[in-house]
Amino acid sequence: MKILVPVKRVVDHNVKVRVKSDGSGVDLDNVKMSINPFDEIAVEEAVRLKEAGSASEVVVVSLGGKGCQETLRTALAVGADRAIHIDAEDGVEPLAVSKCLKQVVSREDPELVIMGKQAIDDDCNQTGQMLSALLGWSQGTFASELKLNGDKATVTREIDGGLETLELAMPAVITCDLRLNEPRYASLPNIMKAKRKPMEQIPVSELGVDITPRIQPVKFAAPAPRSGGMKVADVAELVEKLRSEARVL
Amino acid sequence: MRILVIAEQENGSLVETSLNAINAAQKLAASHGSAAIDVLAAGHNTDALAAECAAVAGVDEVIQVDAPQYAASLAENITTLVVELVRTRDYQAVICASTSVGKNISPRIAALLDVAQVSDVTEIIGVGTYIRPIYAGNIMLTCESAEPVQVLTVRPTAFDKADLGGSATVTRLDAGEDAGLSSLLGRELSKSDRPVLSSAPIVVSGGRGMGSGDNYQRLLEPLADKLGAALGASRAAVDAGFVPNDYQVGQTGKIVAPELYLAVGISGAIQHLAGMSDAKVIVAINKDPDAPIFQVADYGLEGDLNELVPELTECLA
Repeated sequence: MKILVPVKRVVDHNVKVRVKSDGSGVDLDNVKMSINPFDEIAVEEAVRLKEAGSASEVVVVSLGGKGCQETLRTALAVGADRAIHIDAEDGVEPLAVSKCLKQVVSREDPELVIMGKQAIDDDCNQTGQMLSALLGWSQGTFASELKLNGDKATVTREIDGGLETLELAMPAVITCDLRLNEPRYASLPNIMKAKRKPMEQIPVSELGVDITPRIQPVKFAAPAPRSGGMKVADVAELVEKLRSEARVL
Repeated sequence: MRILVIAEQENGSLVETSLNAINAAQKLAASHGSAAIDVLAAGHNTDALAAECAAVAGVDEVIQVDAPQYAASLAENITTLVVELVRTRDYQAVICASTSVGKNISPRIAALLDVAQVSDVTEIIGVGTYIRPIYAGNIMLTCESAEPVQVLTVRPTAFDKADLGGSATVTRLDAGEDAGLSSLLGRELSKSDRPVLSSAPIVVSGGRGMGSGDNYQRLLEPLADKLGAALGASRAAVDAGFVPNDYQVGQTGKIVAPELYLAVGISGAIQHLAGMSDAKVIVAINKDPDAPIFQVADYGLEGDLNELVPELTECLA
């Protein structure tokens, strides 16, 4: 069984992003970029399935500028077998990305797609569900546990009130939540080995998908700051303030 | 303009965040001049659910669809139903709350309608113009969508609850087929007599500074009992195994906006602040005078939580 893992290159989660002074965008100059953390979990899960003998091949795919190749190498270094770089401008919207991924699915014919539940830059949380819809497949989003048994997958999902377990008909799209696994670090020999693994490049135009943006960004702004900052001396003063000043008790 | 709000149900009862989604629909309608707001009540044995939806003020029509395949709100089944409704009844907007159910379903609807979705809207400026948080709430994006059907998920804490006192007509429609792609095997819901975290007026949250799960329980449960508060936690406390994941407040957990938020032993990582900085009053108890949480807290109390929390609990008696 082949597993396809889409990954996205995003601003590293430790970077505190800033808005450009004219509000036209996010300042990405000289900012550290990394694989989207939820996608890292997806790669790890796919590699574990291969190691357990449930999968035969793990193919990673990323859509965007040349920098995506670095992200794909990261995935190859933790055990993916080969990579596909769909060469496009950065910032393609989730609907267009899912249409491109659908084309990749029809070329590669995987039985399972595993990906992050959302990217930590645009926080859309859409692409997995959209891909599943376009393929007419089942979906198991926000997964914290995944088991495969023949033509079924059992997925435990993080839901607002706790957990739920679904049985999905394969093929399926799974999107990962944080607790699905803890991704490994790539070892130096594996990083070296990843450089020799195959990476196919496909210009996005070859996929026949209209990637024209549907949503126009108008303004980027920092959120309204909170005016916090008074300290109280002791518990008695805190309770007094909460009762008489804030009136929340 | 016609707007469809997807009501969320759990065991046949309306989930409260649906009221926030209806309020968002009312704002969208108002910005357009006027619009009809319909609510989809899909589930199994939905008479009570449909009645609850019909009692919300400002709802024009409740569409009741009743079949076993809708009981678990499975994405594959609900989305084909919604897409059919959009096509036959000509909706120009589909709205649901950005809960785990809404986030699961909505993008699937958008893709089948071939329209872009706007996720986690916190402010509606007009039809097609919205504000939403990106980068874990560190940036607010104003964006415009000219899509013929506006598919939105709305952040429940950013909208009021719609008032009750309506009497919408209820129209019963036939169910669609069971897609047969997925089925619910079981749910493990956290059982608690406490208020629901995402809508509680008071939230007591603990972080890594609690030291252990035992300490979390021993110190914070009595305090939450006194206040009638929900219990929450930072991601660090969840990752350390002090409490289950559904306690998590933050960008990757629950977004809360209570009247009072007590952050105990929480340093205030960006991703935690993204989940609670809309609280009306924030109190921080932390031994580190430089903890970032103090920069957003209305009242900061510096010191050892092992002493201060029991003292606070005592003080509230």
